[in-house]
Amino acid sequence: MSGPGGSFLARALRHRSFMLGGALTVGMLGMAAISLFWTPGEAISLNVAHRMRPPSLEYWLGTDKFGRDIFSMLMAGAQNSITVGVVAVSIGLVAGVILGAWASAKRGWIEEAVMRFSDFSFAFPAILSAIMLTAIIGPGGVTSILAIGIYNIPVFARLTRGVANAVWAREFVLAARAAGKGAVRITIEHVLPNILSIIIVQATISFAIAILAEAALSYLGLGTQPPQPSWGRMLSEAQALIFLAPMQAIYPGVTIALSVFGLNLLGDGLRDLLDPRLARKR
Amino acid sequence: MNAPATVPVLAVEELQRHYTLPREHLFREPGKVYALNGVSFEIQPGRSFGVVGESGCGKSTLARTVMALETPTAGTVRILGHDLFDLDKDALRALRRHFQMVFQDPYGSLDPRHKVGRVVAEPLTVSDEVGARDRVEKVADVLRSVGLKAADMDKYPHEFSGGQRQRIAIARALVTRPELIVADEPVSALDVSVQAQVLNLMRDLQDSFGVTYMLISHDLAVVEYVCDEVAVMYLGRIVERGRTEALFARPSHPYTRALLDAVPRPGVGRAKRGAALKGTVMSQTALGTGCAFADRCPMAKPRCLEEAPPLRDLGDHHLSACHYAEDVPAG
Repeated sequence: MSGPGGSFLARALRHRSFMLGGALTVGMLGMAAISLFWTPGEAISLNVAHRMRPPSLEYWLGTDKFGRDIFSMLMAGAQNSITVGVVAVSIGLVAGVILGAWASAKRGWIEEAVMRFSDFSFAFPAILSAIMLTAIIGPGGVTSILAIGIYNIPVFARLTRGVANAVWAREFVLAARAAGKGAVRITIEHVLPNILSIIIVQATISFAIAILAEAALSYLGLGTQPPQPSWGRMLSEAQALIFLAPMQAIYPGVTIALSVFGLNLLGDGLRDLLDPRLARKR
Repeated sequence: MNAPATVPVLAVEELQRHYTLPREHLFREPGKVYALNGVSFEIQPGRSFGVVGESGCGKSTLARTVMALETPTAGTVRILGHDLFDLDKDALRALRRHFQMVFQDPYGSLDPRHKVGRVVAEPLTVSDEVGARDRVEKVADVLRSVGLKAADMDKYPHEFSGGQRQRIAIARALVTRPELIVADEPVSALDVSVQAQVLNLMRDLQDSFGVTYMLISHDLAVVEYVCDEVAVMYLGRIVERGRTEALFARPSHPYTRALLDAVPRPGVGRAKRGAALKGTVMSQTALGTGCAFADRCPMAKPRCLEEAPPLRDLGDHHLSACHYAEDVPAG
């Protein structure tokens, strides 16, 4: 239960890891938003004359081997990571919640079929389905969105089915059935509102995993293609120069780590705040 | 029963419900739970019918089957003359406004995310006959008639106490002005002081709206207070049925006798009549021959193990499923 709205804010302000996670996430979102219309340097066009510059007032974190400003690339990369994460998690969330809620409402062989399908698709890591998709539609942002989205479908389907089953066992669902409501209305009016907070928490954590996966796919060359900057590709380009300019690998690495860390803290915090019962159990 | 002048509100005939357990062995038939083994009774309009028994005797399964929340293995349930399991989906949905249910747990039976107004209006939202403004008015009316305020409809269930929550649940059951309300342990989750208030409310509502109750309880005092007629259930069967006063004054089944003796009574040095029941309830997963109560019965004779006693009429609306009903010691 979320409780009255005022106390939610008060509890949120007191929750230290929620606030830290929130600050890191807001920072990442802010970086991406600013990069839409302003970056301190050039993130995309090459300027070989200024290659491999050390950090300075002009180039805050220096430049890479093509003369692009590293801080600007990190900002534009955030934009890319967020886009991929949001779209991929949305695909997984919508499809997974529908599948899970359907399985939970119907039970029997439909539930069994949905769950075995989930187990089956769980057996394929996102990387593997990305390679498969690359073979079909070629590498690119869409490939990584689809691969991560498909990977997320069973995650949400399983979670939804599990918590929805618990709601279906409650007496107020029986009361709704006694009133004459059908399975679809019960799912929309009773089941989904009661599992929403758990879905939101999972979405936050899935978002973090999606950012990691996007970085991994780009690192392997399956994801975002040049010239669009991406954290994963910055890592793979820096790898060749790891002994020459180690900081070029550390910057995107730390950025990825902080984003994922922030989102995980945010998800954990939300879990505590939205469902005090869970917090007590842990 | 004498030929009734009116159609009974509820007529249950030879109701059976068997559950199949999950298969445990590939080549062996999965086990079965026999929750209801042929239950029959009728309730006349405006009356209160009580069902008592230990937990696991099939009371709740009976309530849920009467509410068409579960499908029986065999037998019929007629409400106002309509066979529930013979109706198509839409007809059943339309009929539901005539029979509603009050649940045991007032904390679990109200959706915590819905405001009271929405909770109470729920049975009205299924049929489109009632407009939104009409609905608010009806909800306000029914809230007042259960002793709450019309303004309470804008609050959430967690803002109310257990007794008030049960009033909300009763309001929800009452909002369509049903002929029958099935109440499954409506007060057992409440404090004793609140129980009486809720039971009084139920009686008052019966006086004002002429509603018929089927009341399920393990508490004999509750049934005695509210009901005109009582059925005692044991292992999915009715073992004794009769008018409340007659049945409590002179039980005709050793199980009823034992239940009455188990009620603690205040008083110093009062000798406990009869022996407490020995043993546990016979397995629900096997149907034996003979009387289901024989293994715990203080009066059991060899005949009881061989021959199942039918529910026979002892006269004056009193029925008992015991070979030796006449020998049961009076109170």
